[in-house]
Amino acid sequence: MKKYKWLVPTIYIIFLMLPIYWLLNMSFKTTTEIINTFSLWPREFTLDNYKAIFTDSTWYNGYLNSIYYVVINTVISVSAALPAAYAFSRYNFLGDKHLFFWLLTNRMAPPAIFALPFFQFYSSINLFDTHLAVALSHCLFNIPLAVWILEGFISAVPKELDETAYVDGYSFWRFFFKIFIPTITAGIGIAMFFCFMFSWVELLLAKTLTAVAAKPIAAIMTRTASTSGYELGLLAAAGCLTIIPGVIVIYFVRNYIAKGFALGRV
Amino acid sequence: MGKTLNQKAWFFVLPVFILVAFNAAIPLMTVVNYSFQETFGDNVFFWEGTKWFKQILRSERFHDALGRQFLFTSIILIIQIPLGIAIALSMPKKGPGVSICLVLMSMPLLIPWNVVGAMWNIFALPEIGFLGKAINTLGIKYNFTQQPFAAWFTTILMDVWHWTSLVVLLSYAGLCAIPDAYYQAAKIDGASRWAVLRHIELPKMKKVLTIAILLRFMDSFMIYTEPFVLTGGGPGNATAFLSIDLVKIALGQFDLGPAAAMSLIYFFIVLLICWVFYNLMMKNEGQK
Repeated sequence: MKKYKWLVPTIYIIFLMLPIYWLLNMSFKTTTEIINTFSLWPREFTLDNYKAIFTDSTWYNGYLNSIYYVVINTVISVSAALPAAYAFSRYNFLGDKHLFFWLLTNRMAPPAIFALPFFQFYSSINLFDTHLAVALSHCLFNIPLAVWILEGFISAVPKELDETAYVDGYSFWRFFFKIFIPTITAGIGIAMFFCFMFSWVELLLAKTLTAVAAKPIAAIMTRTASTSGYELGLLAAAGCLTIIPGVIVIYFVRNYIAKGFALGRV
Repeated sequence: MGKTLNQKAWFFVLPVFILVAFNAAIPLMTVVNYSFQETFGDNVFFWEGTKWFKQILRSERFHDALGRQFLFTSIILIIQIPLGIAIALSMPKKGPGVSICLVLMSMPLLIPWNVVGAMWNIFALPEIGFLGKAINTLGIKYNFTQQPFAAWFTTILMDVWHWTSLVVLLSYAGLCAIPDAYYQAAKIDGASRWAVLRHIELPKMKKVLTIAILLRFMDSFMIYTEPFVLTGGGPGNATAFLSIDLVKIALGQFDLGPAAAMSLIYFFIVLLICWVFYNLMMKNEGQK
């Protein structure tokens, strides 16, 4: 029984890798080959699909747009969430529990509800089709998440740390930046990872709030798929490229990832 | 750990409060506003009272979408939670295998949702997709663009592929936090594998599992992009879940009033169920 234990994760990982492999496989085929022959690996290996993406500015700008708003969102979310999470973890104040739940409700709201009002709202303040609009709209679900994660990590730091620092004559802000932030680097890393992740994968709002200038890569993909007669090879190549940033980010946080998914509450 | 009473803490929360209020309160009020009015364009509105709410609550279309949504979410939870726990239990606890498992398993979580849909679309197409071809070769007729059952099967398989890892990672984090002493004590007592699971591992994982169920419930109840790209809600309306139906009404037919009323009812259902979960979770935390 114990001997075959490794089989379960192995089979699961194979199941996870199959569709990804299939996408990769397709991305190296020509469109004619995809439609006409069924093969487990590319017969006429081609890099044309990737070349097409890297030479067409609509494609690679889509990439830059996505990365741009994801980074803005991550910075805003985590820097706003950090003091708030500290407050929730250390202090009691009027309405704290209600406020915390109210924040979480925004994580629970289906984005489909907000698609139309967001479109109107951001158009009316002249932010439509900017990176900032998407970054701000993603704060809706990323800030609550970041607060939730950071609060978990901060609560794990004993309060004595704060008190000792005050006794040693640190002012609050000096303590906060010099001692406190370095102590919870892991938590901040995890919070940033999650903000990155949810902003990167979300599309409904990103698509609704952009037209040309800030259109994310994933939305450009959908458009290409429908207008230019289903260029499957190109679609597959673009899909493969969207996987890469995620893999890079996971690699950096791999040691904390399990704890991070538990929102620091293990 | 005791907290200090400090009303100035509100200043710390202020940036978050403003940012989220800016994003949540204003759009939500717009929705509330629409839900009580009728418009024929040109920004002219007429007060309609609760007409849209009554209409939505009585409409068969909404009942069907809601039914499909609950069925989908229940199936997802029934499959993913036990499967996730089982995989987490059989994962290595140390060694190089841990990193490999964690990195590979988290990969589906970081793929943009419409790419997930497109990927599964390609993967499951009967002619050119691996899955479609494999099932058809086995002699079972399978075409998810035409058969409602196949469409459901594919959507569920896709979601299992996409999100089971989240449950695995959460359960794994919970398992790693159990001190070795518990297992040693169980060994001395001669406890069976099942008893260890039942009396040590599951109770210790209670907290992370609540988070897992909460997150999986919320996200599967809000699912939009993946099934939209995969099946577009079809064939017919077979996989038109709540969000898909809602976007169809709001952006497709531009029926703002009914769409807004439906949004609010939808939001209220999610909120109610999550509130129950959240309180359960906080109670657990209080006990600890």
